[in-house]
Amino acid sequence: MTYEQLLQEKAVNDKRYVVMTAENRALVRNLPGILQDRFIDTGITEQTMMGAAAGLALRGRKPIVHALAAFLTMRAFEFTRTSIGIPNLPVKMSSFIPGFLSDGNGPTHQAIEDVAIMRGIPGMEVFAPADEDDLVKMLPAIWETENPSYVRINTTANQYKHSIYELGKAEIVAEGKDVTILTYGFMFENSYQAMLSLQEAGYDVGLVNVRSLKPFDVDMLKALIGKTQLLVTIEDHFLTGGLFSIVAENLVVNHWSIPVKAMALDARWFRPARLQEVVEFEGFDVPNLVTSISKFIQENQ
Amino acid sequence: MNIEKRIELENFALRVRERIVPLASEGGCFLGASLSAVDILTYLYTSFLKIDAQHLDDENRDYLFLSKGHDVPALYGVFVELGWLAPERLKNHLSVHDHIYWHPNRHIPGVEFHAGSLGQLPAVAIGVALEICLRKENNRVVCILGDGELNEGSCWEAFLVAHAKQLSNLIFVVDRNQFQANMATEELIPLEPLQDKCKAFGLHTYRINGHDFEQMEEIFSQLESNQGPSILICDTVRGKGLPSIEARADRWFCNFNSQEIVDLLDELHQIKQADITSQTIVAR
Repeated sequence: MTYEQLLQEKAVNDKRYVVMTAENRALVRNLPGILQDRFIDTGITEQTMMGAAAGLALRGRKPIVHALAAFLTMRAFEFTRTSIGIPNLPVKMSSFIPGFLSDGNGPTHQAIEDVAIMRGIPGMEVFAPADEDDLVKMLPAIWETENPSYVRINTTANQYKHSIYELGKAEIVAEGKDVTILTYGFMFENSYQAMLSLQEAGYDVGLVNVRSLKPFDVDMLKALIGKTQLLVTIEDHFLTGGLFSIVAENLVVNHWSIPVKAMALDARWFRPARLQEVVEFEGFDVPNLVTSISKFIQENQ
Repeated sequence: MNIEKRIELENFALRVRERIVPLASEGGCFLGASLSAVDILTYLYTSFLKIDAQHLDDENRDYLFLSKGHDVPALYGVFVELGWLAPERLKNHLSVHDHIYWHPNRHIPGVEFHAGSLGQLPAVAIGVALEICLRKENNRVVCILGDGELNEGSCWEAFLVAHAKQLSNLIFVVDRNQFQANMATEELIPLEPLQDKCKAFGLHTYRINGHDFEQMEEIFSQLESNQGPSILICDTVRGKGLPSIEARADRWFCNFNSQEIVDLLDELHQIKQADITSQTIVAR
């Protein structure tokens, strides 16, 4: 099942759902004809779309809103924070091409602070599925809640078959004594491949698909303490405010001590190019991940 | 409008102003921008909108979004006169024990949405108007804007979208009091010719005296037949009713001493002119 098929099924069966877009139709091409007046395209107006979504939600609807991640989060930020966040209205944000997925667009389109800023809104839930399989497993539970949410839409096709999603819970892909990789979204696949390579090299490596950045699965983190020697966070996001920050906050608050290596974009935008080249250039391809993680393990032996 | 109705509305508005003036002390409020909006809100709540704070679940009710949120004293004054808000609660102005402060809060029954950040509510009003259209209902949605607020690009973006969606149930009302915060609009960011601009955005545009109930009645009664959204530019006077602060750039946010409040209430009742010596406040 694709994102669009899932959304269509939901919206056709439940009249509360309204599909909105700021003229970003890539994910919802077939829905205008099917949903008729419950498909609302406001044009290139992220601010008005988010404000109007608040108005629709005030009258009992559940708007699923679509726009490019950078503009959905940043152009419309105050509208989201003020008109949706303060009254805690159930507006469900679907952000297109977050993180590295903006590939050749350049820094204007790079949403690599989106997790940081969206989780700063009280009540806002933040999710990042690993691929399309994960996405369609997660979305029904995400859309079901009466809270606003932000989802890093990721329709990447991977081989991995994900487990059933439980709201707010991470997916434990593997447990490992030497090191455990925590990741989310598009970086899942390379993290998974890196885990396999490291396992082949003889390391005992665990992997967690974090899935839900807010609420964050603290129980998952707690279970790792004492069971794994090291943590590595991998994310196509700025170093500040994303998964590394979330992990660090939770370690400090709970007085848990464990060495953590952060792999993220440290105060820089990434070089725009074809997706595969971006990932290689920025050091997030499988060989680079394997090298960095092996080095981290060796340093801490 | 017959003369009895006009006098009734004028008296209602006078009582609202009596409620507002004391809020401009012990912390103060945006008095000038509140007084300019009193007559508009009086007309809308008494004579146009179908809203009852005791029956907000009425499916046929109308909506008023006060996007220009800093004139909330006028809204609360109207609510008191309508019997929606106990007059004693206005004494809680700026107290942590109530929700009455410089901008609207939804905890006060009748407040449709919190406001304060300019340019936010036109979009929210569009969403509500769209939802009403989805249900093929006829509830009306009014969104009150300040003229200074029209500096915000989001207002104009919303006008484009409201026109594109042909929201006949949506009415924008501009409190055109000629000032934005500490400056005359035409000195800082000129808005005129404002009617031409609004017309160019595809809005049914009207310009009336925002202190004249007869004009308001004449225009508001015409709106129902409009296809697409409307905008009423209401020419008003900032500080209306208090000549000593009327149309003064430096009397936007006001925090007077208790004697000045007494004097201003006398001035409101045309007993004597107030002697205002409190310093002017540049609030922004």
